[in-house]
Amino acid sequence: MMNELTNTRHNPGIDPSLHFWGWEIPVYLFLGGMVAGMMIISGYFLYEKKEEFNCSCYQIPLISLILLSVGMFSLFLDLEHKLYFWRLYTTLKISSPMSWGSWILLLVYPVIAANALIQLPDFMKKNSFLNMLSGKLNSIRSSYKIIAYGNMILGTALGIYTGVLLSSLGARPLWNTSILWLLFLLSGLSGAAAFVHLIAKNKEERVLLAKTDNKVIAAELIVIFLMIINMLSSSEVHINAVNTILTGAYAPAFWVFVITAGLLIPLLIQTLAVNNKIRHTAVAPILVIAGGLVLRFIIVYAGQASGY
Amino acid sequence: MARFVMVIDTKKCVGCMDCVVACKTENDVPEGFNRDWIVQDVNGKFPSLNMEIRSERCNHCDNPPCVTCCPTGASHVHDLGGVVLVEYNECIGCKACIASCPYDARFVNPEGYADKCTFCIHRVEKGEDPACVSVCPTHCMYFGDIEDPNSKVSLLLKQRKYHNLKPEAGTKPHIYYLV
Repeated sequence: MMNELTNTRHNPGIDPSLHFWGWEIPVYLFLGGMVAGMMIISGYFLYEKKEEFNCSCYQIPLISLILLSVGMFSLFLDLEHKLYFWRLYTTLKISSPMSWGSWILLLVYPVIAANALIQLPDFMKKNSFLNMLSGKLNSIRSSYKIIAYGNMILGTALGIYTGVLLSSLGARPLWNTSILWLLFLLSGLSGAAAFVHLIAKNKEERVLLAKTDNKVIAAELIVIFLMIINMLSSSEVHINAVNTILTGAYAPAFWVFVITAGLLIPLLIQTLAVNNKIRHTAVAPILVIAGGLVLRFIIVYAGQASGY
Repeated sequence: MARFVMVIDTKKCVGCMDCVVACKTENDVPEGFNRDWIVQDVNGKFPSLNMEIRSERCNHCDNPPCVTCCPTGASHVHDLGGVVLVEYNECIGCKACIASCPYDARFVNPEGYADKCTFCIHRVEKGEDPACVSVCPTHCMYFGDIEDPNSKVSLLLKQRKYHNLKPEAGTKPHIYYLV
């Protein structure tokens, strides 16, 4: 039996297979996810007030502001009707995750900035204006807790939104799974833990972050497994979609760079390191971060090509 | 409330592409892009093959995912006939609507906004048929109000067997193909 379709349509970006989102969207989703994870981590540290070990986490808010801006710029580059981007802020459409995402991003900036101000890094203390702002923020009762909660809650919202954004697009079966938000949230958290691990100032902090990262990586592996099971036991379009990453064109990158190099190897290295079998090095965190980026590329590219 | 639909008789369509040319001319569709197109769908096992020729376009769905996902409200359902349209000056070119359409009916106009079939609403509002319907040499295309039980489209759908495209996508499409 044959079923052959011949189509006269050759719209650029649409045919022969859908490819309208280039590198900009995966880079934005990756940076957005990592910033979300950084907000959760720095919010947690602020809540716990772990000042005792001169925590590098107090530099995270500043770094997240830079990373988020790079991500937003990347997103801006993707827009085809750039001069109309302000239209995002003339409405709030509940049915569109992209709409609530744009408002979340607007709220995220001041919350991260407040976190940076309340624990002003040493090199910024020379600036008298910032010092004054920091002093005022510190003088408000419970400002620590409010900012800590704000960072953790909005960080979680940002991380979730990056996944829901794709999973709500029902015509693309690979994205159309309700577990994608969890995968992106965990991947962002793992990438953030790895980043803080990279810039950590002492062993105690490294051990804490490596232990946290190991738990998140383990959870991420379980979520990926569940996502695959979910898709393989779903309709034909979902089975075809997941097969593009399991056995199809994106399989080598998925198994080698995401599963093996991005999750299993760093999990092994960090398990050995926290048990004092080997030294803490930059290898594992770099692999985790690179794996997170490749994951976004694979999901965005393979997802576009999947369809009904 | 009117609900505009298109009914296309696949037994009459010869795939001449007059509808495609008429659309491009009427709507100044940029070179290299199409708002409607022809699909030849061949099924079966040689020598007993069956070929269906279809003129395809946006399905102006009852449950349009492109409207749901649009962050600015540029993609919207028109007051007249439930036609799905794009307000070009509100579109930011994010391409979420392209991702959400199971029919791949949309594209990015070189000017930057999402573009697609409008059911020639500018003609319909004047009481005329869409350009593609008006030029069809085999008269295989019909346009009308499915809410009116006496309209040509309603009568055809009562009398003939038909199918929609990808109903499993849950979009409730409104282009009907007579078989």
